[in-house]
Amino acid sequence: MISSPDSSRTGDPCVVSVAAAPYPVVVTDTAGHVMELNDAALALLPEVRVGEALSSPGWLADAPRTPDADPVRGTVGEGFFAAHPSVLPGGGTAWWLVEETAHRAAVAELEAERERTRFLTEASSALLASLNLDRCMEITARLAAAHLADAALVIAPTTTRKPPMVSCDAEGRLTRGTVSGAVQSVPGLAEALRGFPPVPSRWIDPAAAPGWLIPDGFGEVGSLVITPLPGHGVPAGALVLLRRAPRAAFSETEETFAGLFAARAGAAMSAARLYAEQNAVTDTLMRDLLPPVLRQTEGVEFAGGYRASVDTDRVGGDFYDVHPPSEDCPDALAVLGDVAGKGLEAAVLTGKIRNTLHALLPMGGDHGQMLRLLNNALCNSHHARFVTLVLASVRRDDRDVLLRLTSAGHPPPLIVRRDGTVEEADTGGSLIGVMPSIVSRTAEVRLVPGETCLLYTDGVTEARGGPLGDTMFGEQRLRRALAECAGLPAEAVVERVQMLVDQWIGDGDHDDIAALAITAPRGAHLSAVDGTTPGRYTA
Amino acid sequence: MTTTPAPHRVGARLASPERDERAAEWAGKLWTAARAADEYSALDVVTNALDAGLDAETVLLEVIGAVQHRVGAEWAANRMSVADEHAATAINDRVIAALPADRPAEFLGRITVACVDKEWHALPARLLAETLRLRGWQVGYLGAQVPTAHLIGQVHRTGADAVCLSAALPTRLPLAHAAITAVQAAGTPVMVGGLGFGADGRYARLMGADAWAPEARAAADRLAAGPLPRPRPPHQAVDDLPHLADQEYTMVTRSSRDLVRETFQGLERRYPAMAAYDDDQRERTAEDLAHIVDFLAAALYVDDPDLFTGFLTWTGEILTARGVPARSLLPGLDLLEERLRDFPRARRLIRAGHDAISTRPWETP
Repeated sequence: MISSPDSSRTGDPCVVSVAAAPYPVVVTDTAGHVMELNDAALALLPEVRVGEALSSPGWLADAPRTPDADPVRGTVGEGFFAAHPSVLPGGGTAWWLVEETAHRAAVAELEAERERTRFLTEASSALLASLNLDRCMEITARLAAAHLADAALVIAPTTTRKPPMVSCDAEGRLTRGTVSGAVQSVPGLAEALRGFPPVPSRWIDPAAAPGWLIPDGFGEVGSLVITPLPGHGVPAGALVLLRRAPRAAFSETEETFAGLFAARAGAAMSAARLYAEQNAVTDTLMRDLLPPVLRQTEGVEFAGGYRASVDTDRVGGDFYDVHPPSEDCPDALAVLGDVAGKGLEAAVLTGKIRNTLHALLPMGGDHGQMLRLLNNALCNSHHARFVTLVLASVRRDDRDVLLRLTSAGHPPPLIVRRDGTVEEADTGGSLIGVMPSIVSRTAEVRLVPGETCLLYTDGVTEARGGPLGDTMFGEQRLRRALAECAGLPAEAVVERVQMLVDQWIGDGDHDDIAALAITAPRGAHLSAVDGTTPGRYTA
Repeated sequence: MTTTPAPHRVGARLASPERDERAAEWAGKLWTAARAADEYSALDVVTNALDAGLDAETVLLEVIGAVQHRVGAEWAANRMSVADEHAATAINDRVIAALPADRPAEFLGRITVACVDKEWHALPARLLAETLRLRGWQVGYLGAQVPTAHLIGQVHRTGADAVCLSAALPTRLPLAHAAITAVQAAGTPVMVGGLGFGADGRYARLMGADAWAPEARAAADRLAAGPLPRPRPPHQAVDDLPHLADQEYTMVTRSSRDLVRETFQGLERRYPAMAAYDDDQRERTAEDLAHIVDFLAAALYVDDPDLFTGFLTWTGEILTARGVPARSLLPGLDLLEERLRDFPRARRLIRAGHDAISTRPWETP
């Protein structure tokens, strides 16, 4: 039985012998020669001999043997050990070897798992951020290149011959383009694009990768993984991961993990695709419902302003249109109206009314007839809604503008004269779409240059708000505002009215609001001729 | 206090520094045409300036932009009515539309340009949009008062490389902050501009914008210098502005109409002269109070007394230019302070504003 040199000197009967220690123990002298070792140590380090210098493992042989040295660590065979030194009174050192293989593996696995979770969280929030397909492809390529491979490609499925593709190298440089070769030339790619399960990486010969798949200056491809990007029921594309030649091939864990990432990226990409498709549909349906962009027509200024009752909506129950003069209708026809109700449903009816009026343009010479035909059309349709509107036939007469105005149950237009007086057009009539027969009265109005006729909906006058919160904007305020607008261009009048009403409303609720200004332009070339109006540079 | 006009276009942008000395002469001519609301002369001025060899960007920023800047200054000095301003702006708008735009040689990228929700002053954003277009960017210009939800929809649709947001008034800062945060959450960087963010861009930094530019040319130069940094991960407004946790901004904003009404009634009790006001004067007075409360809320939002004091001294100047003593602002401030006695931050701001008005020597015109 080998006893500790320590105990032999002190004669302490209670000392634990090295041989009985539950750990491998190696005792060395100051010169590094092995003085003794227990059975466990011998089993672990069979080449160590008592009396010889400790040469292996190297990390233990080189360890410092000072009194308060820290434990040293290293591998022994397949295992991993920590050697805790205790310095003996004679100057020798007893090394207590504690196996840490399992602990170390667990720590490494935990770290890797944390890293993967961190990456998936980062990936999810980055991918969730965008609903734009190009953006999602870029994010996918960038994340994959940064965390999973030396370079990554994202290929979107498409009906065209050349699918769009985004690649990213390890430095984060993105390249956008289209697939310039045959998809079939890459083993597993065509399958991935159609959503079939991925072909294991080890089956794919990296040398078979065509040039278009490899980013410029990448070098030799060591291994590649091709993973489908599963979408919402349809394939969203494929993810290609590339690794440079000397690096180890993708392990099975890495491939599985790439699949997890691909699932998230695929979901984001198909959500983006869906969003784009829905938008395209909405845009197409909405195109004819949006208020038109107005401009000067035949020497008359037109300007319109629109605000839907729901601020995020672009359409509502108010509408306006300006039809330029045509063969059948020598006057331009402006129309502004208000369908009962709000939102998309009301907007759909405005679309029908606008179409009907467009078809009735040849009747433009007789507003009463036009309104009667519109009334018949609406009364016979299944819509229970009614509409109020104003028709304005507009014609230039030398420098003046002649208007025929007819209101059908709508607030009469206001005329802003050059001197700032505001008049109401003398027109009135029944609303449309309720009674089988209607009446109307047309007013004729002449605008001299700088005068404006404003058509507006009750969203303007019935706007509630103001500094104290619940006052109605009202016609008086509108008239006062218009009095200041004498001589202004049409856009300026509309902008002024819209801005005042907007400030009035503040954060409050409001109805649809529409305004349309018809202005006789105050052209300087013409006004310079006339002694009564301000000259070219003198206003 | 009476007749403070609504804070308006003045200083909606900083003027582009002049680079072409010939521009001033053309700006003078365009000013005359715009002042006369004379579209044809205005178009002639721009055509002639281009023919004389000024490039389109110089015409845009140093001729049209200079005129627009002058419009604001003239209004502040009470030499121009609000309606005249709208007229001049409308003329400038038409002139811009007539500028030639070359088709860009290469695709630089896509930029969305918009005004913050509730922001009416569209021209600074328009000047930026046109400058970028002239330099070859593909620009989506969304115009004035763009609701944030609509802006985000556009960002997703177009996949813009960056969004440029304009705010002329600091009262738009809370909405601007919401827009900046939302665009960044969509993974797109934001550059902001306009005097609303402070002449030195301090509120742009406070709100975590990815870039700030004092005017259109600087903004275009910044975009030309390279892509904006990738925005921060999604976060909430209170992460940038921890002082919001004291709820003072929330309470003042939520009860703003009540505050205005109570302060107004207090003024009526304290100043019997108000009984003689006509409806219009009473409404102006109430509007003045509403503006003060709006700016107080904005100052609470960014926690900067300079914002509130700056607004009050500016209002004082506007009042003085219109023959109304600036000190007429003080009674309203006193009453507001009494109403907000439980809000230490708000009271500090009001006190600072009060001191600024009462200690400053006001020159009558």
